[in-house]
Amino acid sequence: MTTETALRHTPLYEQHVELGAKIVPFAGWEMPVTYEGIRDEHSAVRRHAGMFDVSHMGEVEVEGPGALGFLQHVLSNDVAKVHIGGAQYSCLCNEDGGVIDDLFAYRLGGDRFLVVTNAANHEADLEWLGRQSRAFDAIVRDVADRYAMLAVQGPHARAVVARTLGVELPPRFHVSHVRIGRRPALACGTGYTGEDGVELLLDPEVAAPIWRELLDAGVVPCGLGARDTLRLEVNYPLHGNELTPERNPIEAGLGWCCKEETGFIGSEAVRRARAEGTAEKLVAFKIEGQGIPREGNPVMRGDERVGVVTSGTFSPSLEIGAGMAYVSAEIAEIGEEIEIDVRGKRRAARIASKPLYAKRS
Amino acid sequence: MAPESSEGTYPDDLRYHEEHDWARIDGDQATFGITWYAQDSLGEVVFFDPPEVGTTIQKDLSYAEVESVKAVSDVIAPMSGEVVEVNDALQDTPEKVNEDPYGEGWLVKVKLTSPEESETLLGVQEYRKLLDN
Repeated sequence: MTTETALRHTPLYEQHVELGAKIVPFAGWEMPVTYEGIRDEHSAVRRHAGMFDVSHMGEVEVEGPGALGFLQHVLSNDVAKVHIGGAQYSCLCNEDGGVIDDLFAYRLGGDRFLVVTNAANHEADLEWLGRQSRAFDAIVRDVADRYAMLAVQGPHARAVVARTLGVELPPRFHVSHVRIGRRPALACGTGYTGEDGVELLLDPEVAAPIWRELLDAGVVPCGLGARDTLRLEVNYPLHGNELTPERNPIEAGLGWCCKEETGFIGSEAVRRARAEGTAEKLVAFKIEGQGIPREGNPVMRGDERVGVVTSGTFSPSLEIGAGMAYVSAEIAEIGEEIEIDVRGKRRAARIASKPLYAKRS
Repeated sequence: MAPESSEGTYPDDLRYHEEHDWARIDGDQATFGITWYAQDSLGEVVFFDPPEVGTTIQKDLSYAEVESVKAVSDVIAPMSGEVVEVNDALQDTPEKVNEDPYGEGWLVKVKLTSPEESETLLGVQEYRKLLDN
């Protein structure tokens, strides 16, 4: 292997190797993409409980009398609505309304917040947050090394975690201070799979024994492969694919987490995009017959190129090719017929309602 | 840990192409498929996009695609010829490529135009050596 800079390992790396995971480089880290197979891991999360090492994600603490005002200034959502112990999804926008990152902010105290960043954006986020915080009485601290992060997801995830680790878990979109492995930890009622579950922020030193305890309790280890198919089926955007600094939250369908009245950085551009509409919109689509769409495939209508696929995969739950694409706003309607140019072969597809996969109740 | 290649199986009656394809030669006909190593690297196969019967394929060039959940891979022809049969059963059970890469997971049958090309392919010992490197 030839690498310019050494790839980083999470505190659970040895566990992945021991389980025979297929390891790939991802955003500067060596991460497990699958253990026994993406389809089995995917269905374990849909039906039972799976766990993901997401320790590559970054954590940033924001603290001080000006913490709320500062986050209100940089995050797209109305942070003042978050009570202590609450969690909220936001975009971090540049002046043009482009999305620098998308993230969850957890309110740990009146003047103390934790923001969880995407691994690939952690350094850029830190730089941006540090720069923007100068006018506020708030300290921005990189605390990524303080936490290992374990996402336990699936219909049985909460019950298994509560029973196995002996912790009381917070409701969905809440965070609570708990003790796991006799160390302080944070339990968050959030996830990226479309299933119920929790994300645990652990002391790195206890991550491996906790992982093994959950493994013994029957929680299925899942890699980044299943994480991607799970999020794609429920149309959660991935930064770098659906979200970029060149796209605003409105065209990405994230207008619901933008509260322009707070005056956040980029709010003027977002207000304009909302009022005037955008040239393109992010849609979900399903392939009608054969074929698997992939990122970068052109979206066609006759001879006209009308968009581009941002994420595509074989959907393990739907058992067809499916994905998301930016298409011209005029055709961004549910039921519209499109074609995906998959390496020169036209595959019939149809714009579908989000989420592509919805749990049958 | 054991080297990758020793995990897989590689029948000794096949000829191998360095792009991880195999040929089972029977006179002027041959059956093609991908090796254990190829299917293991790719992961669970969810789609096989075959060539049409009658297509002329050329040694060292792609003649089909196999796709896993995450990736797509070109399948390289180990020898030249004309496709006389494709494994239609893979449309419903593409996972056979993983479960039985040298049996039910075969991809195409070909009428060879240059049977002597087999001499340029690898025997099982040479192929294993390639994997170990």
